[in-house]
Amino acid sequence: MQNDGAGAEAEMINIPATFRISLRALRANKMRSGLTMLGIIIGVGAVIVMLAVGSGASRRISQQIASMGSNLIIIMPGSSTAGGLRMGAGTQSTLTLSDAEAVARECTAVADVAPMHTGAAQIVYGNQNWATGIEGSGPGILNVRDWTLAAGRPFTDQDVRSATKVCLLGRTVADNLFGSADPLGQIIRIKKIPFVVIGVLAPKGQSMMGQDQDDTVIVPITTAQRKIFGTRLPGMVRHIVVKARGTDEMAAAEAQITELLRERHRLTPREENDFTVRNLTQIMQAAEQSTRIMALLLAAIASVSLLVGGIGIMNIMLVSVTERTREIGIRMAVGAKTWDIRLQFIIEALTLSLIGGVIGIVLGVTGAKLLSVLAGWSTVISVLSVLLAFGFSGLVGLFFGFYPAYKASQLNPIDALHYE
Amino acid sequence: MALIETDRLSKIYPVGETSVRALDEVSVTVRPGEFVAIMGPSGSGKSTFMNVIGCLDEPTSGGYRLEGVDVGRRDRDALAEIRNRKIGFVFQGFNLLPRTSALENVELPMLYNGIGPKERRRLARASLKMLGLEGREKHHPNQLSGGQQQRVAIARALVNQAPLILADEPTGNLDTKTSVEIMELFVKLNRDAGRTILLVTHEPDIAAFSGRIIRFLDGRVISDEPVRH
Ligand SMILES: Nc1ncnc2c1ncn2[C@@H]1O[C@H](COP(=O)(O)OP(=O)(O)OP(=O)(O)O)[C@@H](O)[C@H]1O
Ligand SMILES: [Mg+2]
Repeated sequence: MQNDGAGAEAEMINIPATFRISLRALRANKMRSGLTMLGIIIGVGAVIVMLAVGSGASRRISQQIASMGSNLIIIMPGSSTAGGLRMGAGTQSTLTLSDAEAVARECTAVADVAPMHTGAAQIVYGNQNWATGIEGSGPGILNVRDWTLAAGRPFTDQDVRSATKVCLLGRTVADNLFGSADPLGQIIRIKKIPFVVIGVLAPKGQSMMGQDQDDTVIVPITTAQRKIFGTRLPGMVRHIVVKARGTDEMAAAEAQITELLRERHRLTPREENDFTVRNLTQIMQAAEQSTRIMALLLAAIASVSLLVGGIGIMNIMLVSVTERTREIGIRMAVGAKTWDIRLQFIIEALTLSLIGGVIGIVLGVTGAKLLSVLAGWSTVISVLSVLLAFGFSGLVGLFFGFYPAYKASQLNPIDALHYE
Repeated sequence: MALIETDRLSKIYPVGETSVRALDEVSVTVRPGEFVAIMGPSGSGKSTFMNVIGCLDEPTSGGYRLEGVDVGRRDRDALAEIRNRKIGFVFQGFNLLPRTSALENVELPMLYNGIGPKERRRLARASLKMLGLEGREKHHPNQLSGGQQQRVAIARALVNQAPLILADEPTGNLDTKTSVEIMELFVKLNRDAGRTILLVTHEPDIAAFSGRIIRFLDGRVISDEPVRH
């Protein structure tokens, strides 16, 4: 029964044993430990869900920006008032195809222009049948929307001028009508009118509120207006999408477009614009920014509940220290030092908060997944947010566990031993 | 060399406006291997003396040497270490950890001096066995009789090979028969293992097991004489 050599290790604190002591104390009060953890569980879970929803939303918006094409300006018919309140933008018909051509021709900061006339229609090939969106536009649409052709050729200005019945198919449409067969040169029917497939678009994938971007057919705008949808106002367009030459040319492009269109529409200086020019990229970036701020705000609110959970831990730890005063006295009598006692309670608080943190992470991740499956929200759970939540719950345990632990370690052994 | 050497040890408790002299210039010397009984009426300062000797409490004035080392004016952790290595406590109320097995209770002092888990377990088992508690290792204090609990506490006091055992009314909560058993244990520990024992008791029959009786009154030592067997 000799314990020689123990002196060298005497400074060492017995972590595994201290850990077991802490776990046992927590198990002895299962109900209480559980309720105390609840605060942390809810806090961590909420932080995870909020971060997931937030980064999901901002990722969706950035995808939207990326897939829409970059440096986009949209021109809509109708004016916007000086106060910024949109007054019937898009309801009047003041934009013409020749406006679009003039913008393409005369605005030096503009790279490409796509006048748009869109709608939905039924497409038939053989016995295959598919309902999809039809986008009537000019040849510029491919460049403006950052589409590339997987096969075939684009349509030309000549096609637009003579309203030829040609079309470009999105990947989804091509797959659904043709399966593995080659659509090029085949005849499909859009609203019973035969069209020649001259090209297939390279897929962009899914995005935009879970919408499939490849579920589309592009035709010359004149064909869409005259043959597919018909229009009461020939030569008018719904809106024009413009691509500027670069990000730093956006402002110049906007100014040039405004000047040109005011001139073309013969507006006197007193008159307001009868069209609206919007910088789409800026709008989307602003939306992305505000989504991100919103997400951070929500996470901040969620972390308040983490803080409240921490206070709950401190509260219960103080109760625990008081209840176990005698135990502390016994431990001190047999040789427990300041940090032995402190560590025991810190580990206890840490265990509470970290177990709560892990459960919170599991619940938060599950909750975020459920939100995306059931409610269709896009959520992104990053490893960083999980680590952040875990680390934060640990910090909370450490921070709020320290004071009770400190208090325990400062007890007078005699008083503690005689505590009733 | 003396094991315990106190020099005009005093302990004064302030109580409201006045103060209580729980110890009043107590000078006592105990040599290694002695078995000392401390007696005296209630409130005479016996427990206070034991607490100071046990480094659980600090004297107001006076000196105290343990194994020749000045123990006064040490910080908390230094005192904790002295308690861990030099002193084994046996209390009237046993002071075992509740909801904790006998074995783990005995292991307790070794949690704080770096003995590995296997060795800890082995030493605790051996200590319990020596006190006749083989087979009771897994029992919790509430599953043991008073005498058994006190023997677990003694096993705990012995396990670190502390040279000094301090027992404040160890038989106070036990019946006469069990008290005698416990006292015989102390005698054996003192005689065979050479442990120095200081034991507080109110009962002359219990004190008679010792080799020397120190009597306290109002914080002072009023007599200090060997026991004639
Ligand atoms: N923490 C304290 N605060 C104030 N007075 C105290 C304190 N502890 C002890 N005393 C006083 O010191 C004196 C000695 O007490 P002590 O506990 O040493 O007596 P004792 O001899 O052990 O008595 P008993 O036989 O009843 O155990 C008593 O008058 C007691 O009231
Ligand atoms: Mg007493």
